[in-house]
Amino acid sequence: MAHTLVAEKHPLDELIRTDRMPHIWCPGCGIGIVMRCYAQAILESGIPVERHIIVSGIGCAARTPGYMNLDSYHTTHGRPIPFATGLKLVKPELTVTVFSGDGDLAAIGGNHLIHAARRNVDIKVICINNFNYGMTGGQVGPTTPVGARTTTTPYGNPEQPFNLPYLLAAAGANFVSRWTAIHARQVKEDILYAFRKPGFAFIEVLAPCPVGFGRSNNIDEGVEEMWLYRRRCVLAGRIPEETPWEALQVDLREERPIVVGRFVDGEHPVFRPVRLEDKLS
Amino acid sequence: MKSRAVLTGEHFMHGDHACTEGAIAAGCRFFAGYPITPSTEIAERMAQRLPEVDGVFIQMEDEIASILAIVGASAAGVRSMSATSGPGFSLMMENIGLAVMMEIPIVIVDVQRGSPSTGLPTLPGQADVMQARWGSHGDYGIAAYAPWSPQEMFDLTVLAFNVADRFRIPVMVMSDEVVGHMVERVVIPPEEQIPRWERKRPTVPPENGFRPFLAEDNDLVPPLAHAGEGYRVHFTGLTHDERGYPDMSAETHHRLVTRLVEKVRRNADTMIRYEGYSLEDARIVVISYGCTARSARRAVAQARAAGIPAGLLRLISLWPFPEKPLRELAPQTEAFIVAEMNLGQMICEVERYVAQPVIGVNHAGGAMIPPAPILDAIEEVATRGAYIGRRKASAG
Repeated sequence: MAHTLVAEKHPLDELIRTDRMPHIWCPGCGIGIVMRCYAQAILESGIPVERHIIVSGIGCAARTPGYMNLDSYHTTHGRPIPFATGLKLVKPELTVTVFSGDGDLAAIGGNHLIHAARRNVDIKVICINNFNYGMTGGQVGPTTPVGARTTTTPYGNPEQPFNLPYLLAAAGANFVSRWTAIHARQVKEDILYAFRKPGFAFIEVLAPCPVGFGRSNNIDEGVEEMWLYRRRCVLAGRIPEETPWEALQVDLREERPIVVGRFVDGEHPVFRPVRLEDKLS
Repeated sequence: MKSRAVLTGEHFMHGDHACTEGAIAAGCRFFAGYPITPSTEIAERMAQRLPEVDGVFIQMEDEIASILAIVGASAAGVRSMSATSGPGFSLMMENIGLAVMMEIPIVIVDVQRGSPSTGLPTLPGQADVMQARWGSHGDYGIAAYAPWSPQEMFDLTVLAFNVADRFRIPVMVMSDEVVGHMVERVVIPPEEQIPRWERKRPTVPPENGFRPFLAEDNDLVPPLAHAGEGYRVHFTGLTHDERGYPDMSAETHHRLVTRLVEKVRRNADTMIRYEGYSLEDARIVVISYGCTARSARRAVAQARAAGIPAGLLRLISLWPFPEKPLRELAPQTEAFIVAEMNLGQMICEVERYVAQPVIGVNHAGGAMIPPAPILDAIEEVATRGAYIGRRKASAG
């Protein structure tokens, strides 16, 4: 008896703007995996698809909203978080996710990132961290390790990078986790968990950028970076009790552990605009 | 229970507060801002008033965050506003372009102060009027109104929301420190008399291949689908086609940007506002706006008392620029005098439309131009009758 090996319809078809394919991402890029995790989490969330809103800034990861069959907003560089904040505050019934890169969220948008965490606005932030500015061709970014070569640090990066989970934990985010592009199940589970958990959630996903970062730093195949994740990733617990900040530093070029896990899962009160009836009662 | 949204009645009211009341009466239910003198009283009153009408107030970390928050809130379907002054207005410029490109209506109030840079935080200026028009990058169209009284802080804020929603553009209220901090009589009409122009909304159900940036009507305004309504639309600051999809072709870019500019040009008559004083037989026409127009009106009245046929054209809309009254006045006019609290911004716009001599009465800001230098300019034209030098520095 013959079995068909090609499905006519992919379960995620409804969530993808197939008329916009092919996408712009390079071979070996990790963003597509995270987009798939996000789509899967949407399907499993039980929240009607119409109520999921995706917002991004500028960059490779920020192109994701354009490929998702949702109400999607591709805003200016660094600014998706305040846009998402305004949207969420007037329509609290919507599930608002910011999907963007480390350059967008942590450099030009760094101030918005820490203030949204401090406020504990009920938005979900998925940050693709590929250690460089991929879209503009591999320049140094706020997460580029010291000494790493990029097109604007040809002699090696002289700056200390951000340690994003630690930064977000310090700023007061309600939920902080880090995974890599090989942790598809964990990424999906954490997005799903964050959908259901009130407050500001930050999920960092380390993802290969073989063309932008890898080529200049001797990791020039996406799959090579995936092997590297698999070899080195170790699971850790809460910041700071179980995971000191030094452990969270990442440098793909050094033989040292890459620490992943759920670092913060707090119960801070969610930001709510002032309502007069609350004050009067 | 009496509505707290529209404080119908006669008030003795602060200009910035009148602006706030205009916004709330117009249905504004979201304000995001960052404190900056002399606009701060708008944020403070919004913080007091919005919770009373189930609205949302938030003080953001800076002006860039503020404008993004109002664009986001408006994309979700709520009338949204921010208020600022010169330096904050500059910070908002990039994302005024985003609102233009996404065609999401917003209202921004700029209570102008002496500038550039930090300038004179507590003293007036009118030097942001070209920034309002051209401050963001690229070709685009917006509308901007210049109130000269607390009453107009109310009225023009209502109009700003209506124009923004009707044409899906950012609209600015270009006030100044004098008008913002002035206390005067303000009459707030009954709720049912507050004009309301609605956003154009999709008429097809979500499944029917709605193209969110297709402008089928003569006004070039496409219907606006809000977040969460099921249309699953894509909004981007990138050049996009009628589906909202990015398209990097020169053809699509030209088509889109031309429509964005033409949308404002074609509907300019609906947006333009101005007022004339003693213009019927005027031979010398003073052009002014905002607080400076108050001095100009005085100067024109004094000139009339001295038998000089002077008149005042007060610009209420700065953008689109009211060119029609200028063209109509030109044949009867010997010279135009433009009084403004900057070193010559709108005078350039006036010069584009008339062949007559155009004389500027200018001050860089910090204090109102008093009636005297405007009257001096009128008298000089009247006595010498001829071109007396293009710019005249005010002693004020």
